[in-house]
Amino acid sequence: MSTATIVSPRAVRAAGARPGLARLTAVELRKMTDTRAGFWLLVATVALTALVVVVAGFALDEQDRTLRRILSIAVQPATIVLPIVGILLVSSEWSQRTALLTFTLVPDRTRVLIAKLLASVVLALVALQICLAAAALGTAVAAPGTADDWSLSAGLVGQVALYVVLPMIIGVGFGAMLLSSAPAIVLYFVLPTAWSALGSLEPLEAPARWLDQARTMEPMLEHAMSGTEWARLGTTLALWMLVPLLVGLWRVTRSDVRGRARQPDRWRGASRSGSIPPWGRQAQRHDSDPSRSSTCARRSSRSSICATAP
Amino acid sequence: MLVAMIESEGLSKRLGGRIVVDDVSFRCEPGTVTGFLGPNGAGKTTTLRMLCGLLAPDAGVATVLGVRYRELPNPGRRVGILLDAAAQHGGRRGREALAVSAQTMSVDERRVDELLGLVGLDRSAARRRVRQYSLGMRQRLGLAHALLGDPEVLILDEPANGLDPEGMRWMRELLRDFADRGGTVLLSSHLLYEVEAIADWLVIIGGGRIVAQGGRSELLSGSGTLVHASDEQALIAALAAAGLPATATTDGGFIVDAEPERVGRAALAGDVALSRLGPSESAGLEQLSFDLTSGVAAGPDLVEAIR
Repeated sequence: MSTATIVSPRAVRAAGARPGLARLTAVELRKMTDTRAGFWLLVATVALTALVVVVAGFALDEQDRTLRRILSIAVQPATIVLPIVGILLVSSEWSQRTALLTFTLVPDRTRVLIAKLLASVVLALVALQICLAAAALGTAVAAPGTADDWSLSAGLVGQVALYVVLPMIIGVGFGAMLLSSAPAIVLYFVLPTAWSALGSLEPLEAPARWLDQARTMEPMLEHAMSGTEWARLGTTLALWMLVPLLVGLWRVTRSDVRGRARQPDRWRGASRSGSIPPWGRQAQRHDSDPSRSSTCARRSSRSSICATAP
Repeated sequence: MLVAMIESEGLSKRLGGRIVVDDVSFRCEPGTVTGFLGPNGAGKTTTLRMLCGLLAPDAGVATVLGVRYRELPNPGRRVGILLDAAAQHGGRRGREALAVSAQTMSVDERRVDELLGLVGLDRSAARRRVRQYSLGMRQRLGLAHALLGDPEVLILDEPANGLDPEGMRWMRELLRDFADRGGTVLLSSHLLYEVEAIADWLVIIGGGRIVAQGGRSELLSGSGTLVHASDEQALIAALAAAGLPATATTDGGFIVDAEPERVGRAALAGDVALSRLGPSESAGLEQLSFDLTSGVAAGPDLVEAIR
């Protein structure tokens, strides 16, 4: 029987349009905030931002208490914590295996990854608003009252926005490239730090000027950047942002979502104990309810189900 | 013949150098429940994942509603899927987990509460984080998730896992009702008793290949002969002498692929007193199911046993 007689094209169209990118982005924003980890990371970001602004208000020399200076301090917590949210947005789909749901609802995985990137940008821009508000408040309270206090060019605001957005995107890239939360978070912090340390050595000084995030991103908060500085930033981003994103796109679209065989960090024990299927392990791992951990034992007594777990 | 809502045509898949699914073909028609039966590792999950567009087959075509799953514009509204009840974010609340999917497929969020009620997750359970759920609660949440988009087709992998007997009866009624209203259900299980009460059609898979499929009544009635004798050795010898292949059942009897009269004559020729002789009813299927779940490879004689 030909497929044409089974479902007419009209019926397929009537069944509901493909979810738009705006909808998918809203969904991804929701996913960043509705888990326990995501929620507390965001609360921590806001709290730390308030804290560093207060500290800056007291600790900076009086002539340094300008909006620009305080803002450059206020954005630091967001640039450190938000990338973790970005990493988890991708990697938790694999470690928690919600990718099974996500990709059965939206089979086009590239669209899902694009929605995650857009959601990350939106969240970073919201964070920027909070930083701006906190910095303005800090300036109003602590500034000495000179004409320079409030000077902040639009160009510089744009650079600060990029300063907050880019690490978040790099985080999504690392999450997609590694598809596993812990390694992605560790490498996201360790690799650039290690590279910075190496870059301080004489032979690596020249490439470090072009590829060390800490160095190439620093001018963004200081002044309107020169052409060379933009070129250096671009080179850095090609390495730290573009490469992870491309590798991540390749992995996200290809990787088996099952996550059991390819997630040795999660299921390694299964082969050792041999008798507990993945869901049984999970039930036991998170278990506070004794009736649940006995599930497998109960089943295994009936037949060899547990022993033949894939 | 009715149209196929789900069709697997010669699906094959090799994973890690091993043939996991080998030329699997079957079809599911509207208004029916199809039981996909086989032991763990037989290739059920891999087949279902190919049907749901999560895994590309090496050969063959998988269609749902006449098209490849990935071509459905908003698949959640037409196909309800439960592949793994454990695949939920542990840090998300139960209700929220459904609400996220409802938003993805443009379903009114009020339907989330309706479904939570339908699957028996009360307000306090819905507010709890999924990490704290028992396997049975996760299955209920997973079923609610599958039904969320008011689909025409349900594809469920081991939905009865972790459900208590009362929960299993409830699920049977739910799926029966879904099929009676014209829906199509494909559900997998490694236990015959979970599906025999509900499935109209059975597809049995072992070692990646389909070993039998047919209507439930057809498969369960079988054409083999069930024979018992107190002297089992003599019976085996007599059957062998007559050239009749026999398969032992769990309760000490044998299933013979021949008419009862031929079996009776073989016993007479071998001078064996029979304690029981008759059509095998469901014994063949049970035996097949048992052997499959015990990890014994299903040879051609087993396939014969239930034909």
